Amino acid sequence: MNGAHDLGGMDGFGPIAPEANEPVFHAEWERRIFALTLAMGAHGAWNIDMSRHARERVDPGEYLRASYYEHWLHGLETLLVESGLVAADELAACYAAAPGNAAAPGNAAEDEG
Amino acid sequence: MPMSEHDHHTPPSDLALRVKALESLLVEKGLVDPAALDILIDTYEHKVGPRNGAMVVARAWSDPAYKARLMEDGAAAIGELGFTGRQGADIVVVENTERVHNMVVCTLCSCYPWPVLGLPPVWYKSAPYRARAVREPRAVLAEFGVTLADGVEVRVWDSTSEVRYLVLPRRPAGTESLSEDELADLVTRDSMIGTGLALTPGAKREPTP
Repeated sequence: MNGAHDLGGMDGFGPIAPEANEPVFHAEWERRIFALTLAMGAHGAWNIDMSRHARERVDPGEYLRASYYEHWLHGLETLLVESGLVAADELAACYAAAPGNAAAPGNAAEDEG
Repeated sequence: MPMSEHDHHTPPSDLALRVKALESLLVEKGLVDPAALDILIDTYEHKVGPRNGAMVVARAWSDPAYKARLMEDGAAAIGELGFTGRQGADIVVVENTERVHNMVVCTLCSCYPWPVLGLPPVWYKSAPYRARAVREPRAVLAEFGVTLADGVEVRVWDSTSEVRYLVLPRRPAGTESLSEDELADLVTRDSMIGTGLALTPGAKREPTP
């Protein structure tokens, strides 16, 4: 299935701009979502193709805007709910109850479903 | 339906909160162990990286029998050096020669041979590289400071989640007397993606590892 992720050959994205002395991760949350995704993958509730498909199903505009590890976060949320390991309302409640309210307007948990 | 379907600009601070909340939930449910997460992070931040690939390349330059095995079955020969694991079940090694220059991309996502290169840099996962590597590889190479002689064929390999690629760069001239360790110092990450060349002895190392 093609989509916004199918980028080969597209024009208009500009220069590549490699970062000098780039760190492996750019923020602590990137480290955590990376590890969470690997650790949850080890349960065997989904395979790599399901995992890719989960990341590719986001809205095309959102796909192109979001950073790489945001794709991982969105993908893991989708996989957790679809596999039944976490209920959608449980996830929404967890975000709503987080310190600082991670489910503030504009975040996914408020308009899930 | 994907929870992010209507998600719009999520500021990094909110992302940090969400990931933290998600981790707490998964720990509470007994689905993940925070200590195991720390080990995974340490492994991919500090232990698995392009030095592994550089050692593979240096061995291939030094030992023709090893090189033959590497070209025949990349993952198996890489495994001989102890480099195995996630995203490395099937690795195909493509060799640069006087006539052929190889470069690697994953147009669909970010597939990359983790056991030998670690996690990919942001530019490798970015839209510009994924879009352009297959359409105008020479222009992309020029942005990385690589200019190939006329007549050199460029082959671009598009990775998949099953098959990942490692470029075997050309051995620089004047390195006949170097040890494997010294040779490995010349093998940059980008030279194994194909967006760079191996360094010549005494040359200044490129800024990225």
